[in-house]
Amino acid sequence: MRIGAIVTRIIQQMMRDKRTLALLFCAPLLVLSLMYFIFNSDESEVTLIVSHGPAQLIEKLEAADFHVIEDDNVTITQLKDNQYDAWLDIQQKQTKLTLLNDDPSAAKALQMKLAQALQPEQASSMTFVTDYVYGDEDTAIFDIFSPMLIGFFVFFFVFLITGIALLKERTSGTLERLLATPIKRSEIVAGYLVGYGLFALVQTIIIVLFGIYVLDIVHVGSIWLVLLINSLVALVSLSLGALLSSFAASEFQMMQFIPLVIVPQVFFSGIFPLDSMVEWLQNIGRIMPLYYAANALNGVMYKGFTFSEILVDLLVLAGFALLFILLNIISLKKYRSL
Amino acid sequence: MGENAITLSAIEKRFHQKEVIAPLSLEVPTGQLIGLLGPSGCGKTTLIKMIMGMIKPDNGRIQVLDYVVPHKQLLIDIGYMAQSDALYIDLTGAENLHFFAKLYRLSKKERVERVAYAANLVRLTEDLNNKVVNYSGGMKRRLSLAIALIQNPKLLILDEPTVGIDPVLKKEIWQELIRLKEKEHKTILVTTHAMDEAERCDRLAMLRSGQILAQGTPQELKAHYQAQDFDEVFLKAGGAIV
Ligand SMILES: Nc1ncnc2c1ncn2[C@@H]1O[C@H](COP(=O)(O)OP(=O)(O)O)[C@@H](O)[C@H]1O
Ligand SMILES: [Mg+2]
Repeated sequence: MRIGAIVTRIIQQMMRDKRTLALLFCAPLLVLSLMYFIFNSDESEVTLIVSHGPAQLIEKLEAADFHVIEDDNVTITQLKDNQYDAWLDIQQKQTKLTLLNDDPSAAKALQMKLAQALQPEQASSMTFVTDYVYGDEDTAIFDIFSPMLIGFFVFFFVFLITGIALLKERTSGTLERLLATPIKRSEIVAGYLVGYGLFALVQTIIIVLFGIYVLDIVHVGSIWLVLLINSLVALVSLSLGALLSSFAASEFQMMQFIPLVIVPQVFFSGIFPLDSMVEWLQNIGRIMPLYYAANALNGVMYKGFTFSEILVDLLVLAGFALLFILLNIISLKKYRSL
Repeated sequence: MGENAITLSAIEKRFHQKEVIAPLSLEVPTGQLIGLLGPSGCGKTTLIKMIMGMIKPDNGRIQVLDYVVPHKQLLIDIGYMAQSDALYIDLTGAENLHFFAKLYRLSKKERVERVAYAANLVRLTEDLNNKVVNYSGGMKRRLSLAIALIQNPKLLILDEPTVGIDPVLKKEIWQELIRLKEKEHKTILVTTHAMDEAERCDRLAMLRSGQILAQGTPQELKAHYQAQDFDEVFLKAGGAIV
């Protein structure tokens, strides 16, 4: 019931703060739509599997900077598992190119490069077919990063709003006053999680539905999984925002966490291609919640992954949330040792 | 409950090496109105937060209502009013009161009764449905006092309760504090730096630089220092130490 008291209070406060509500529910849709219009219209080493390729062709491809693996028995599953960019199967009648297409812009670049390298051969009467593992030739770049974008907006706006709301509680002394009542520290944290979590959930649902039904972002997998992932993202961001608010003395200082906490996660979550980065730098992403969120969202929405395929990502996200929640409970000891 | 509602034994507190509370001992007898008198910065708020369990003393032992501080159960029995108003300004007065009442697990019926009682006590009944952001300083102070009374606690700990309140209401609040002590047998600890309020306390402890200069009934203190009023008591007591 104490938790209920906090939840009711937060709802009363939020319902009165129309601007914050607008920021929470409308701003993400606006930015998402803008991105949609801008992007609906880079390069790293490419791994190419070649089956039945003549020696001089292999040489030519290697000269064109392809990383060639010769293998006559390849399956699509192997392609997926090893993240090979493409598979060139040369047979008597026709040559078949299978593109992984997990990054459409890279796939297009690969196709062009390959065409250049193969020019003399193509002149002969050989037919050429192209196949796609993920998406198709119409896949736009927006399609593959919009799932991550959805996760990012949930994270960003929930982080900002709960961080600042909690900061206000700290600076106005109401949090300290709360701890002068017999409430448990865990009840306070639970109250905040549920109270702001409700708003975060509504926001998540709005963003996901808008993205899928209005902007028509590809979603191959289950929409429930998308909501589940984003709910976890909201929980992580809620608890992180609450935690970091104890290290900020003003709302301006809370904003300073954006370049420190939010921006690096954008770079490492895969909205920008990571393949061209040195490996140890790529691994930094693994300590960031958005990396796992992006992985799972991209998996479900673009590649049609099922629950078991994103389970690891979900567990890591839940782990982050649990860690931040515990740290929140501990950090309240600052106001009361019990 | 024992003879003393609050017993402080050799409490000491430093902030960054600076001694804010020198080792001090103090007893607050049950059923009395005790004043903690001292200039700004002498350590009154620090002492009170230690009694509440919000600050941990470096040394010493604090016992309140037979519990050793810190103790969560204890907080049910203490009505606390902080020096700075900690209110949810975007909520109304009534919503603030109901929120705190729920934290003490009062039933719906009790809650409605207590909110009406506490609001009436501080003359806020008419403004109860206005948002706190529109309250004056004095109204916020009164709402804080009402919150301290909401769960009908045995012990009231009030940190400068009458700052910013006009003289008429100040007088009423003191009358009410005395009524609470006499009719409802509450123990009340009040900090103040207003000398006129000192007269009304049963006992006084005079604090300066984290030390208790003197304690006793107002009459005892005045007689001891051969002073007419408390300004004079304070000057003489302070002079003796410095
Ligand atoms: N958290 C803190 N950190 C450092 N110094 C503090 C802290 N709280 C209080 N002080 C210092 O302790 C002294 C006593 O403060 P306080 O108890 O608020 O006095 P009073 O309530 O009597 O005005 C002051 O000098 C104040 O600067
Ligand atoms: Mg003070």
